Parts: sequence; structure tokens; C-alpha cells
Amino acid sequence: MNKVLNDKKAIMFFVLPALILFLAIVVVPIMFSMYYSLLDWNGFGGKEFIGLKNYVELFVNNTDGFVKSVGNSFKIAFFSVFVQIPLALVLALVLAKGIKGEGFFRTVYFIPVLLSSVVIGQLWRQIYHPSLGLINTLLTNIGLENLTHTWLGDVNTALMAIMVPTIWQWIGYHMLLLYAGAKSIPTQLREAALIDGANEFQTNIRIIIPLMKPVIKICVIMAVIGSMKTFDLIFVLTGGGPVHATDVPSTLLIETIFSKFRYGYGSSMAIFIVIECLVMTVLIQRLLKSKSEITY
Amino acid sequence: MSKHSTSQSQMIKVNKTKKRIIMVILIVIAIIQLFPLYWLVSFSLKNNAEIFAGNIIGLPEVYRFSNYSVALANGEIIGYFLNSVLVTCTTVIVSSVLGAMAAYAIVRMKWKLSKITLLLFLTGLMIPLHAVLLPLFVVLRDLDMLNSYLALILPYTAFSLPVAIFIFTGFLESIPKEMEEAACIDGANIYRTFFSIIIPMLKPAIATVAIFTFLSNWNELMFAVTFISDKAFKTLPVGIRAFVSKYTTDWGPIGASMVIAVLPTIGIYTLLSKQVQESFRAAGIKG
Repeated sequence: MNKVLNDKKAIMFFVLPALILFLAIVVVPIMFSMYYSLLDWNGFGGKEFIGLKNYVELFVNNTDGFVKSVGNSFKIAFFSVFVQIPLALVLALVLAKGIKGEGFFRTVYFIPVLLSSVVIGQLWRQIYHPSLGLINTLLTNIGLENLTHTWLGDVNTALMAIMVPTIWQWIGYHMLLLYAGAKSIPTQLREAALIDGANEFQTNIRIIIPLMKPVIKICVIMAVIGSMKTFDLIFVLTGGGPVHATDVPSTLLIETIFSKFRYGYGSSMAIFIVIECLVMTVLIQRLLKSKSEITY
Repeated sequence: MSKHSTSQSQMIKVNKTKKRIIMVILIVIAIIQLFPLYWLVSFSLKNNAEIFAGNIIGLPEVYRFSNYSVALANGEIIGYFLNSVLVTCTTVIVSSVLGAMAAYAIVRMKWKLSKITLLLFLTGLMIPLHAVLLPLFVVLRDLDMLNSYLALILPYTAFSLPVAIFIFTGFLESIPKEMEEAACIDGANIYRTFFSIIIPMLKPAIATVAIFTFLSNWNELMFAVTFISDKAFKTLPVGIRAFVSKYTTDWGPIGASMVIAVLPTIGIYTLLSKQVQESFRAAGIKG
């Protein structure tokens, strides 16, 4: 058996196809991105090596709104962590306790995750439509005409108008993960707490949620990383406009590379997003590290 | 005694009201989450006059199934649909097979670099597509491969491998080795063992991987929008965008085309909702 499992040829046969594909399409291109990010290059003409100048341009004397776009992605991350995840957590706890229609609700809440952002985008475009949209029609009907807005077209409301659907679309995913986490906690713990006189709320806050910390950590990481690289819905709804109000690093990156043909500078944005994702992952891991991992 | 029982019955009453309130809230949220599907279907059966007369959320006055024949008429949407099917299904098959093979060698076979190889693949879980977008674009352009099926299939497969390997290695670690040992003693070589013993045992994990890979690539937009500009190779998300800007004056068919685009994912979810949820959970919980 050992001889069979040591067979070098067989190992290569099994691993190499996946490994070569992965190296060629993920690992090597990342290195190229790093290299490009040190160049002044329009994609066709000559490449000029300019060191870290692109990175300096991202943050010092920046003119294309990159810093603001990073800020926007952090705002989205903030609302994801402090609005989306708490909502998902409440839903998960209510459903996991065992309520009539548990499976039905869980199934239905997840549906928006499966819909293409292009479709979700069209839906929200109609909800936000200045003259026919749901929101403005509703406001007019209840006599609040002066609150009507061109939600996506107004610099002041556009980012909020982007965040609502973003948060709404992914609530079901967080709920699903948190629900699985809540379900994996032995019911005796909840029962013991209730017998000891704790009420529902105390049991959840003191017993259940602390035990769910590992899953909550995963959700926070995914919500933050997801916000750092968010693209689809913004691209579809506003493309970053009006006047960069809803730009995030990925929409700016696409514009920089494919409309302005600044390949080097665009690459420095890509590398920035990668580093940002890695740093945030490590940071959240540290921040939410349980002092003593509870086992049961 | 009687005092005690009234307070108890009051408590039960309070509990019942509380439960009712929770139920109402849950149902309201369910309606919100289902609204997009209702909106999509009703929208696909209306005409401009209705939509622009302000009937955005109501049911259509007349069910205009002709919107579907308009959407399907010149074969454009069908073409996008078939492209999506071809690209996504190839990705699912190739990444499942290659992922299972690599996971098998990593978990079961004995070689020095197995741990590092696994680590390398799993780091891929954190790599955003942005990191490779431009280099892949440049290579595809220089090889004259923009606007081809491979321009999407290759990156989709490579980016699906980490999740696949993550799920397969976890699953392989949980199944006993006896079957393989027996096969080995019976004289089967390792390739035979893998394809006729391991693959059948991996079926539940393959289902998980396949479902997740399918659903996450079906809607992919960033690569699709940058690598494909030729109508002949557009997948649905990009195709629908093009369709929308072309038919800005005729909304019904746009709705119909979007219904067609979401049919496969919603269909799979209706039939396999438990497995879909399980695959998203499995792919999500990665420590």
C-alpha cells in the first residue's frame, strides 16, 4: 500500500493538472500585476519603470478620487458588519430555535443570493426610478413630495442607495452560515440556562452568541472582504457615478485600465485591493480571537 | 391557587402574542425576499404602457406572453443562454475532476510537498479576481484569445479549484481507507482505485462542489465584461446588459429575458434547496 501511495508518477498525474492551471492563472498573474504596478505603461507602447510612483499617486496628490473610493468601500464594510450581520444573526437565532416554517423561511431568505446582480440592478433601478419608482410614488402618495429624490443620481444619496441593495442581497447568506452555527450548539446548553432562570434574551447574549464566535468571525471577514472587492451591483447601478460618489476601488480600477489605459497605475490599485484583503483578514482574526477557545 | 393559574395563563397569552408578532415579521421579510421574483415575472408579462402608467408592482392587466417570443425571436438570448451553459458546465466538470484528483493526492498519497501545496491552493480562497484581471487580459489579447470560450473557462476553473479542493480534502479525511486498501490488495492500481472506488465515494462532496461552482460562476460579471465583447461569446449577465441597452424602449421583452436568465439558478434551487444551502454553507465555513 505504502509503495502505491509513494508512486511519484501517480502523484504528478493527480496534482499537476490542477497545480499548473492554478499557477498559470492565479499565482503567476499576481506576480505580473505586482510588476505592472511599478510601470508607467499604456498597454501598447513602451514600459517605463517608475518604482513606487503609482502607489504614491494613489494616496499623495491623488486626483482621481481613489482615497474616496477606498473610503466608500469602508463605509459599505461598516454597514455590512453593523447592520447586515446583526440582522442576519437575529433571524438565524429566531429560526434556529425551532419555529413553525423554519425550513421555508430559511429557503426563502436565501433567494436574492442566487440572482444575478444584473437582474437585481434592474429591480432597484425601478425602485429608485425618479418619476415611476416605488419609493417616490409612495412618498408622493402619502404627501411627502418634497422628500422625493433622484436617489441614484444625487451625489448625496447615491452611496446609500447602493448600500441598501448590497446589504439586502447578502443577508440570506450570512443568515445561512449563522443558522448552521447556532444549530451546532447542543440544545442542552440553552435548556440549562433557561432552567437556571435566564430569559431568552440573556441566554442568547451570554451563552449562544459567545459560542457562535467562530462563525460570526467568518461572517465578519466575508462581509469586510466582500466590501473591499465589491463590484457587480455598483457597476450595474451607477458605474461609480455620479461624479465618483459611488466609486469603489474595483470600479475605479476598471475605468483606469480600460477607459484611461493606465495599465501600471490600475495594477497598483489591484495590488492595493489584494493587500487590503489580506491585512483585513489577519486584523479581524486577531481582533475577534477568542482568548480561550471554548470546547463542548 | 387561582391567582397562580391566572398569572400562568397570562404568561402563556403574552408568549402567544410574542410568537404571533415574530411570525408576522418573518412573513413580511419573506415577502420582501420573494418580491424580486414576483416583480420579475409580472414585469415580463407587461407592456410599456402599463409600466410607464405607473403599474410597476401590480399584476399585469393582460398577460403578454408575446414578450417571451420577442425576447427569444432573433436567437440572441438563446445564444447567451447556451454560452452560459457551455462555459459554466465545462467549468463545473473540469474543476470537480481536477480538484478531486489533487485533493486525493494531497490527503492520501505520501510526498513531501503535500502540505505546502494544500496551503497554496487554500490561499487562493482569499485572492480577489482583481489581482489577475489585467495580466490575464494582456495575455489573452496577445494570444488573440479574447472573445473565446476558453477566455472564461480557464479563469473560472482556476478560481473554482480552491473551494473544490477545500471541500474534497475535508471530505476525504472523513472517509475510511479500508476500501482503498482492499482494492490495492486485490491488485487494482492507483488510477483504477481512484476512478472506480474514490470517485463514487466522493459523490456527496462532488454534488456540493458542483452546485457551488455552478451558482458562483453562472452570474460572474467582472471577467465576462472585460474579456468578452463579441456577441457570439457573451454569457447571460453581459448579454442581458447589452439587451437592456438595446431595447430601452421595450421593457416587456427585457423582463422576459431576465426571467430566462434566472430560470436555471432558481430551478436548481427549487429542486435542490437543501443541497444548495449545504454547498454554500460548506464553501463558506473555511476557517
